[in-house]
Amino acid sequence: MFEHYLSLFIKAVFVENMALAFFLGMCTFLAVSKKIQSAIGLGVAVVVVLAVTVPVNNLILNYLLREGALTWTGLEGAESIDLSFLGYLSYIGVIAAIVQILEMFLDKFVPALYNALGVFLPLITVNCAILGAALFMVQRDYTFGESVIYGVGAGFGWALAIAALAGIREKLKYSDVPAGLQGLGITFITVGLMSLGFMSFSGVQL
Amino acid sequence: MSDISLGKISRDGLWNNNPALVQLLGLCPLLAVTASIVNALGLGLATLLVLVGSNTAVSLIRNLVPTEVRLPAFVMIIASFVTCAELLMKAYTFELYQILGIFIPLIVTNCAILGRADAFAAKNPVLPAATDGLMMGLGFMAVLVLLGAMRELFGQGTLFAGMELLLGPMAADWQLTVFPDYSFLFLVLPPGAFFCMGLIIATKKAIDERLDQRRKAAAAETPKVSRRVRVTGTIS
Repeated sequence: MFEHYLSLFIKAVFVENMALAFFLGMCTFLAVSKKIQSAIGLGVAVVVVLAVTVPVNNLILNYLLREGALTWTGLEGAESIDLSFLGYLSYIGVIAAIVQILEMFLDKFVPALYNALGVFLPLITVNCAILGAALFMVQRDYTFGESVIYGVGAGFGWALAIAALAGIREKLKYSDVPAGLQGLGITFITVGLMSLGFMSFSGVQL
Repeated sequence: MSDISLGKISRDGLWNNNPALVQLLGLCPLLAVTASIVNALGLGLATLLVLVGSNTAVSLIRNLVPTEVRLPAFVMIIASFVTCAELLMKAYTFELYQILGIFIPLIVTNCAILGRADAFAAKNPVLPAATDGLMMGLGFMAVLVLLGAMRELFGQGTLFAGMELLLGPMAADWQLTVFPDYSFLFLVLPPGAFFCMGLIIATKKAIDERLDQRRKAAAAETPKVSRRVRVTGTIS
């Protein structure tokens, strides 16, 4: 059992890295990777939000949306209700709500972390890595335990990738880049090379 | 309020303020699904549909929604339109729907759409908002298709392969084999998308710079003429 969870975690971090293998959360990935410090702050926020939203969406799917999921209500004909077409609406709603709650909670009880995350926290709602992880969870039919591990792992992988890119970009400032490629052009090519490196994990069987 | 001309909106969406090349929004689908023209076109059309729909709807309700909850409300509108687009694709282009997979629902978090809803549609009447959605969508689709064409041509040596998945049997023999027996895996794999995208951005920058220089050269010529006129004026 433990082994299964461990391999799921490793897979979520390296083999199926959200940023470098699936290209999710690219907008923020490129926009907030100029400094290592802010990159790590955003990374931590993504880990926290993913660790909460993926399991919650798992519960929503299994107890509200899936065909026959409403049987526990005991209502007549509840076994045949299939609300899965409301999926995207509910997942994104859950994510927006949880980010909002998390913001209020951190503001009240952990102000240090709240101040460190700053503007990044509300931005996370529209980070595709968060919705992407929820959709992968649905697609692969994870159990509740698996979805917790997957959420943490996917977030950790994303944080790792953005921290690495920020490190490279800080060094890149001192190098001589051709005029047309300066700024975003060279960043794209850097990410391409990083992603090429992560491709080498793709054959790993766990 | 409606002093923004439709022509300016169109130019902004297609070139000056292109969502993919200048604002760098909506990159996830841009990089992940553009391995061939048919994928790019399919996703581009879906995004276009959602963008026009959401911009129109947001503009219609712009005076009813309090500013504090506007973002969740917009996201919900977008999610509804994405669900419609997904059901349509499931019904009419099922194979393409399976290939694009997770990237259709991810249109919900395409920042280009939320960005336009918040920055433009929430402040403008319906007609400009719908035009803006259409033009931004076309601009986005153009970049998608260009990237798809680059990667398909130099990755697999073909163009328009598999168009029947989107357009039905009449497109079955559209495939052009430019380089027979050729394949370059690097461009088909995702890293190739980053390279092509970097090059496209650099090209756009170069074109813009050249246009700028030409405009400056033209501007430099006109004052010369006017100065001469003024000089003769003072002498006489």
